[in-house]
Amino acid sequence: MRRHPKGINRQSLAERVRAYLRQPLSLLLLLLVAAAAVVTVGALFFILVHILVKGIPYLTPDLFALHYTSENVSMFPAIITTLEMTALSLLIAAPLGIFSAVYLVEYARRGNKLVNIIRMTAETLSGIPSIVYGLFGMLFFVTALRWSFSLLAGACTLAIMILPLIMRTTEEALRSVPDMYREASFGLGAGRLRTVFRIVLPAAVPGILAGIILAIGRIVGETAALIYTAGTVAKIPDGLFSSGRTLALHMYVLSTEGLHTDQAYATAVVLLVTVLLINALSAVVARRLTKA
Amino acid sequence: MKQATREKLMEVVFLICALASVLAVLLICVFLFANGLPAMAEIGLGDFLLGKDWRPTETPPSYGIFPMIVGSLYVTAGSIIVGVPIGILSAVFLAKFCPKGLYRLLKPAVELMAGIPSIVYGFFGMMVLVPFIREHFRRFGVRDGNTILTASILLGIMILPTIIGVSESAIRAVPDSYYEGALALGATHERAVFFAVLPAAKSGILAGVILGIGRAIGETMAVVMIAGNQPRVPNSIFQGVRTMTANIVMEMGYATGLHREALIATGVVLFVFILLINFSFSALKRRMDQ
Repeated sequence: MRRHPKGINRQSLAERVRAYLRQPLSLLLLLLVAAAAVVTVGALFFILVHILVKGIPYLTPDLFALHYTSENVSMFPAIITTLEMTALSLLIAAPLGIFSAVYLVEYARRGNKLVNIIRMTAETLSGIPSIVYGLFGMLFFVTALRWSFSLLAGACTLAIMILPLIMRTTEEALRSVPDMYREASFGLGAGRLRTVFRIVLPAAVPGILAGIILAIGRIVGETAALIYTAGTVAKIPDGLFSSGRTLALHMYVLSTEGLHTDQAYATAVVLLVTVLLINALSAVVARRLTKA
Repeated sequence: MKQATREKLMEVVFLICALASVLAVLLICVFLFANGLPAMAEIGLGDFLLGKDWRPTETPPSYGIFPMIVGSLYVTAGSIIVGVPIGILSAVFLAKFCPKGLYRLLKPAVELMAGIPSIVYGFFGMMVLVPFIREHFRRFGVRDGNTILTASILLGIMILPTIIGVSESAIRAVPDSYYEGALALGATHERAVFFAVLPAAKSGILAGVILGIGRAIGETMAVVMIAGNQPRVPNSIFQGVRTMTANIVMEMGYATGLHREALIATGVVLFVFILLINFSFSALKRRMDQ
């Protein structure tokens, strides 16, 4: 409870209740708003608790065995595949996304038609559902380029999917760097390129990082875009051109088979904890941005 | 001189990277349309879009995706009915009613909701919602719990974070003077928020709803797991339904020939829907910025 020593406008609870009773519409609106918030938080809480309670008891060492068999349904290969998939997608999407944002913010002149087109396409990309990305990846990477179901085909598909996210967050981060920094750098005789790499980008690192962390979250949770691009082979892929299933895909296969429900719960726990960690990390990084 | 060429070179590199997203959109359009349109032509546009029978493996096969289009629309409409009121009211709570300390907990909670993978939502729906509907709606003739209602509830929950996020920032963007003006005229806090601030934020809120529609219509994995997936036009919300996304993901694994192309054409129809939704979203956003 906060106390207001000189609170002229402070109402006691009884006064407040009386005021609401005189205004039934306001009371109704207040109740509706509170109920909606309770439903939202309640739904989240219910899902989290349900998955954790049902899943944690089944997190056995067997589930993390080095090799997958149809008996232990180990998720270890899927975890490794997820890590590889994440690294590979970021390796493709992060430079592209960051450099595009640099172009949009630091190089493009105002009112440039091209900038509008790039913005529009990025917006379009961010609205496309993942199954459409999956279809495209299958048609282009898997069939037209003959990569077959592979880590690389999946990573390229995901890279296109997260590109708009990285572009947007980087753009925001670059725009939040004060012009003073750039002017000082130019004033000291640095060129545009040096200014970008030595002054602007380092100052924008936390914002860019927060975007990349969000992108990792999307990669880890993705299923529909990967089924027909990366395939569902349940072992650690031998190379870029062999198939492998990520954790989310592993969970999908387990839950639709219907034989390993408990293990599917356990996999869901791992996915949820990962997402929790990713969100917390992104929040910490973003807070550093606002402090700086 | 050397420095000047390096500057120029890197500018070109940045430009090429920036064109990557344009290239991606072009490639997606070209490959989807090039693979889907011939099938539409072969089946006949009318038979494909309005045909009520999807029997791709029988002889003679029939490729009508009308049940799937209707299915997607029903499930999306259902999720809007569930998700929009709760979402907007929650956004109002976060923006105008929430104490600061609570906000620091609730905001990350909503962000976490957006981060939970759709497969986890789908699994939750399969294990909790489906049995619940099966047990409690038996008198409505529900035999298994995979119904439009189930999918609508789950999708309604899934689009909450989208709607809340966009609506909240739209509400916060309304100048304080609206709220203060209403208070000065004697309105209560609730009346000021609902009758002065909310109407001013309506185009932003509508943009959030449209974004939510896009999410719902494109959702795949969660829907496949709980909607029942029967390819027929349903006549009650207690029947199962198959969406366009479900149609693609279920049959792509074994489809060949015209069947496969018909599935890609289903993707094209979905893509066109999404493009229309995107355009109305950006049009609204532009109006909001002005």
